[in-house]
Amino acid sequence: MSYSEIERQWTTRLRRRFVHLLPPEKLLPDTQPTYVSSWIYVFGVTTLSALMVVIASGCLLAIRGPQWWHTSSVGHFVNSLHLWSVEIFFFAMVVHLWGKYFMAAWRGGRAMTWMTGVVTFLVSIATAFTGYVSQSNFDSQWISTQAKDGINATGAGAYFNVLNMGQMLMWHIVLLPLVAVLLTALHVLLVRVKGVVPPFEEHVEVNA
Amino acid sequence: MTFINLAAIFPLTTLGHYIHWHFIEISVANLIVIVLMVITFIAALVFPFPGRRRRRDNR
Repeated sequence: MSYSEIERQWTTRLRRRFVHLLPPEKLLPDTQPTYVSSWIYVFGVTTLSALMVVIASGCLLAIRGPQWWHTSSVGHFVNSLHLWSVEIFFFAMVVHLWGKYFMAAWRGGRAMTWMTGVVTFLVSIATAFTGYVSQSNFDSQWISTQAKDGINATGAGAYFNVLNMGQMLMWHIVLLPLVAVLLTALHVLLVRVKGVVPPFEEHVEVNA
Repeated sequence: MTFINLAAIFPLTTLGHYIHWHFIEISVANLIVIVLMVITFIAALVFPFPGRRRRRDNR
């Protein structure tokens, strides 16, 4: 294969574009700017860590099934681990959101980073709600009928029936987590591309 | 203390407590979580991050 042919390959061009956009030292940096050494910058990575536990415990629940998580002690433990990691996930994500909102984190060409965060938050809420519906007990039946009333009121009830437990379980364990994880990965990559948003410049007035 | 006795401290099978204020109705559990988030947010702004002074001196 000639040099010019290699140059024209889509794999070569795609790799060069990625490396140009996100060189390895930017993807996994050795240091962070000084302003990042504040507790308010910790909540993004806390959310990410909680998401990893959510996915891992969710995989264990999917392997063993509802009979296991409702009846065995280990199943109860993993079920609780899944619930509490979700609680920490949302807790940290909301504090992260507040911090970024007051920093105006969309500054400096970071609008796409902000928007992917917003959409990930909304998808996470949908994932959590379908999780309530698919826990296969009386509580889930009550929640699903309440949600059905709400969705019917929007006019989307004919297309999205939350009383269909099997469908909601599939949405909860496959579609919505897949979207949430992909959006999270995109969000983190955009943070790496643009860098962590700096604090506001201090405005100093000089009186003559 | 057995596990059953410990669980009885936090009864999970009873109806939840709710706070009503004008048109606002919120469960005590949700309110506690919101208050904890606000406290965490303020604490994150106020408390110094470990090693911050050392890093600034090394600059």
